[in-house]
Amino acid sequence: MRRFYLLLVAVAVVGGALLYVAGKSKPASVGAVSDVPPANDGFKGYTLGSDSAPIEVVEYVDYECPICALFGTVQFPTIREQLIATGKVRWRIRDYPLRIPAHPNARYAALAAECAGEQGKFWPMVDSLFNHHSWAQTGQDVSALFRGFAQGTGLDVAKYDVCMQSQRYAGRIAASYQEGEQLGVNGTPTFFVNGRTYQGHATSDGIKSFVDSLLASLTTRR
Amino acid sequence: MRHRQVIAALALAGLFVALYLYLYKIGVYGELKCGSGGCETVQASPYAILLGQPVALYGVLGYAALLAVSVLGLQPRFAARRWPTLLLAALATLGFLFTAYLTFLEMFVIHAWCRWCLGSAVIITLIWLVALPAARRNRA
Repeated sequence: MRRFYLLLVAVAVVGGALLYVAGKSKPASVGAVSDVPPANDGFKGYTLGSDSAPIEVVEYVDYECPICALFGTVQFPTIREQLIATGKVRWRIRDYPLRIPAHPNARYAALAAECAGEQGKFWPMVDSLFNHHSWAQTGQDVSALFRGFAQGTGLDVAKYDVCMQSQRYAGRIAASYQEGEQLGVNGTPTFFVNGRTYQGHATSDGIKSFVDSLLASLTTRR
Repeated sequence: MRHRQVIAALALAGLFVALYLYLYKIGVYGELKCGSGGCETVQASPYAILLGQPVALYGVLGYAALLAVSVLGLQPRFAARRWPTLLLAALATLGFLFTAYLTFLEMFVIHAWCRWCLGSAVIITLIWLVALPAARRNRA
């Protein structure tokens, strides 16, 4: 019995020491985009779908997040076809680049999407970021790759370069992140359907059934 | 009796793993020592929160309960009682099923592996493998 308690103490000492050592590590600096204060310019994200759609889905996204990319490439085409194109849903994207070392280029990617959006190519740039997602979580310099995406989507690359170098929308992205935090976003992707948090899985089936139930309740109220 | 000792030692190890993940999730640690970005990807996913609380907190509570019951069951006044063994089996089964669900999410939904979560999965599986046969013997 005494040996058992000695074993417990040994496990406790090793575990405690590991927690202590882990606690001494400093947070790594994240990303190539400098920290700027949130600048709320009134912009509430790019939308897809009819302005008169009865349902609005707001997606807080991190372009470096693998679930977001999977959702964007596998699930979103169905949503686009069945919910957005049919006029049921308006889809709104908000930036939520996670501030974690594993996502060093999340803010840079958000900046690329915003700079593309400035030239009316937000959605094609998002498609490029998600369709060629092998850049994510590598920690490599992605500036040339994203510039290639810009070229591929038909952007005026000179304007894109100026936008990226000046980090024109860094404040807007920070403001979107701050708003997300205030709404309780704690991971990506997070969805709000007509202001209500969607708790289900990030699948087209899950979102479609949630939207359909909301539509049914809206119809009943009328 | 031996099975309660083994479970207590494993539960204590699991408690530290869960505590580490929980302390990261609430912002005490800046980064996870993971070797890959998988831990942070998993921790940053919406699935790392359940009923408004970090999933790791349920791990902390679960391992603490397993540790408390097993140590209590080793005390002379409870050593011959059946209930600690049965309770340990019930808690271990609950933890094992919950961990299986989380591992499923890592594999098929999040598409990222958190090594610490896998470490915890191994620990709870070992606890379950020790607790279940002990409970069966106890019932016989």
